[in-house]
Amino acid sequence: MSRDREGQRGGIVCRGTVVIDVEACKGCDLCISACPPGVLSMTEHEVNTRGYRYPVLVAGCTGCQACSQICPDFVFQVYKYDTPVVVELPAP
Amino acid sequence: MTHTQEEPDEPDEPDEPVQWGTRVRPNNGVPVVLTDRPPTEPARLVDDFTPALIDVGAHHLCPGCGEPVAMRSVLEVIDELELAQRTIAVFGIGCYTAFSNNLDVEVLQALHGRAPSVATGAKRARPETVVFTIQGDGDMVNEGLQEVIHTAARGENVTCIMLNNGVFGETGGHLTSTTVLGQRTKNSLAGRTAAEHGYPILLSNLLAQLEGAAYVARGAVNTAGNVARTKKMLHRAVETQLEGREFSFVEILTMCPTGWFVETQEAPDYLESNLGAVHASGVLKDAGS
Amino acid sequence: MTSRLLEGSEAIAEAMVVAGCRFFSGYPITPFTEILEQMAKKMPPVGGVCMSAESELEAIGMAWGAAATGTPAATGSTGQGLSLMQESLAELTMAGLPLVVFDMARAQGDYFQATRGGGHGDYRLIVLAPMDVPEAVHLTQLAFHLTARWRNPVMVFGDYYIAHTFASVSVEPIDFGPTPSREWALDGTSGGSGRAKLISPLGTTKQRDDVGYDLSAHFLARAAATAEMIAGVPPMADVGFTEDADVVVVAFGTQGRYVRAAVQQLRADGHRVGYVRPITLFPFPSDAVADAADGARAVAVYENNQGQMVDDVRLAVLGRAPVHFIGGLSLDGSGFGIAPDLDVATICARIGQVLAGLDAHAGGAR
Repeated sequence: MSRDREGQRGGIVCRGTVVIDVEACKGCDLCISACPPGVLSMTEHEVNTRGYRYPVLVAGCTGCQACSQICPDFVFQVYKYDTPVVVELPAP
Repeated sequence: MTHTQEEPDEPDEPDEPVQWGTRVRPNNGVPVVLTDRPPTEPARLVDDFTPALIDVGAHHLCPGCGEPVAMRSVLEVIDELELAQRTIAVFGIGCYTAFSNNLDVEVLQALHGRAPSVATGAKRARPETVVFTIQGDGDMVNEGLQEVIHTAARGENVTCIMLNNGVFGETGGHLTSTTVLGQRTKNSLAGRTAAEHGYPILLSNLLAQLEGAAYVARGAVNTAGNVARTKKMLHRAVETQLEGREFSFVEILTMCPTGWFVETQEAPDYLESNLGAVHASGVLKDAGS
Repeated sequence: MTSRLLEGSEAIAEAMVVAGCRFFSGYPITPFTEILEQMAKKMPPVGGVCMSAESELEAIGMAWGAAATGTPAATGSTGQGLSLMQESLAELTMAGLPLVVFDMARAQGDYFQATRGGGHGDYRLIVLAPMDVPEAVHLTQLAFHLTARWRNPVMVFGDYYIAHTFASVSVEPIDFGPTPSREWALDGTSGGSGRAKLISPLGTTKQRDDVGYDLSAHFLARAAATAEMIAGVPPMADVGFTEDADVVVVAFGTQGRYVRAAVQQLRADGHRVGYVRPITLFPFPSDAVADAADGARAVAVYENNQGQMVDDVRLAVLGRAPVHFIGGLSLDGSGFGIAPDLDVATICARIGQVLAGLDAHAGGAR
């Protein structure tokens, strides 16, 4: 992982990340449209034990807390990395 | 060690360089990030699952309900101002009553519409406490209209908070005095009409006219930006109480997809275009500024 | 012990102050209004609060909020205003709050409202009915003790006469004994501890692991507490001349005072009559009534209404003697003034009719 070279071509900068309490989610989708970098999306087929789809995170989170603040079910825990993490894209 | 995982082997679309801010889906080639445990890279927690002053976050309110979002903001403000050990929260009756017995602040449960008078008694008997009410629109504007008007007119040094979703949520979604014209509810299925049901009451606008009301604001929790703006209003309202400057009031528009007959993800827009078009957001009065 | 000539309303307000009341809320309504006036004068000098509420609903709401902070609180009205307060009264009883409530009644038609609950659900108020101003002073102070002891509202059932009669009274603090601590009261300080307090008609415990109230558990606990209170409050009655009485007359409040005078007069004339004057309307002094009825040939009930307490008397007497209702509505034109029938001679005549009815069956069994 090339952590020391931000913005390298093909790498995505992650300033933050979240922990998602999948079982708490009621599938309302509010976090999806609330997320400014658009890095959340709902599962299509997977559901939690209550039958709700839940959000999945891709690289690019900024740790802005929009999701945790808008979520009615306290699904998110939000972290900000001390140093942004670059996630490399897989080789083509 | 980072905990990422590779995406599936057969992406639907060819790989492209990913632009910052692009909305991506896992099968577009952007790595999915595992979110089942805290990061191992050095990081600080900036927002926990539940705010400090909510003991139990699991509730049985509908998916997409705005009331827990508003509750979170209120309790975060109390926590940020370090008022947990001075607060008495007076609850009305509605869906939000579900929170009355799982908060880490002292709670006094009142009846439908009657929180303002109960809050008045508590504050007069214990003036050193911070007293706020949590009430819905059905509670405050229907059952309890005279209570909140009198409390505001008296300049009572409490903070009343109205969670306005334009319906009686707890009974299943029935029209209240704040329901907007054209809004469909269980007992106005064809949509509210002036001829049959009269006009909505814009309570914040009404209260702002009373001399005893020092701070009156209306916010919403349908977008993260609005949540942040509403939190500032709540801060200002509580500060008004702390400064002893009479009555403060924050109305918070909340989503009720169940009561509005809309999908959960459509509720934020519905709030903006229906409820929010009539009950306009903003600070209506700030006598201290 | 200094005696002063005080109007009943002022004497009651003085009694509240010495009993420790520091919060009062009310709304003007005859004949309760003067108590509000007096408390507006007397609360501020002792550091108390008197709220002139904008409605009766808000008066009971404010008293509820103050009571929840552990402040000895009171409110009141007359029957009509209490009708408005019933939902709140029922619910704050379910929340286990102490509160003294005055019914300065117009006539005696509020007996059912006071003793049967008045509001919804299964709850009870202790109800104390003074017959004159000095007794009102005593029972007001007892009310504050009982409500703190049992964490249940207590009603003082007064009336127009008591409110507006001037009497010579001495208002001194009375020690009724210890009351439990008020650690349940709210003052904000338990917030943030993980054990923040809750006062709610729906339950008394905060959830740590799950959400929701268990209403069944709460209502059953409240029922048990109510039963304990009923068992723990000794019913009170003023009883006279009943050992050899042929006719026992039951009456409460101011009317009880007139009945006592009528009984004394009839005794002086050689008739064997006695009286029972319930002082606690709830718990009703059934044993005292039953004991008095044992050996009597008739029981008569005098009350200024269509017949309310007579039901409780019939239940207590339980067939020991026939029960005759000798009361009835009696009002002046205003509806809350001096009852024309409230007159010793009139009452003597009514008791006399019951006596005459007995002689008509002279020698026969009841």
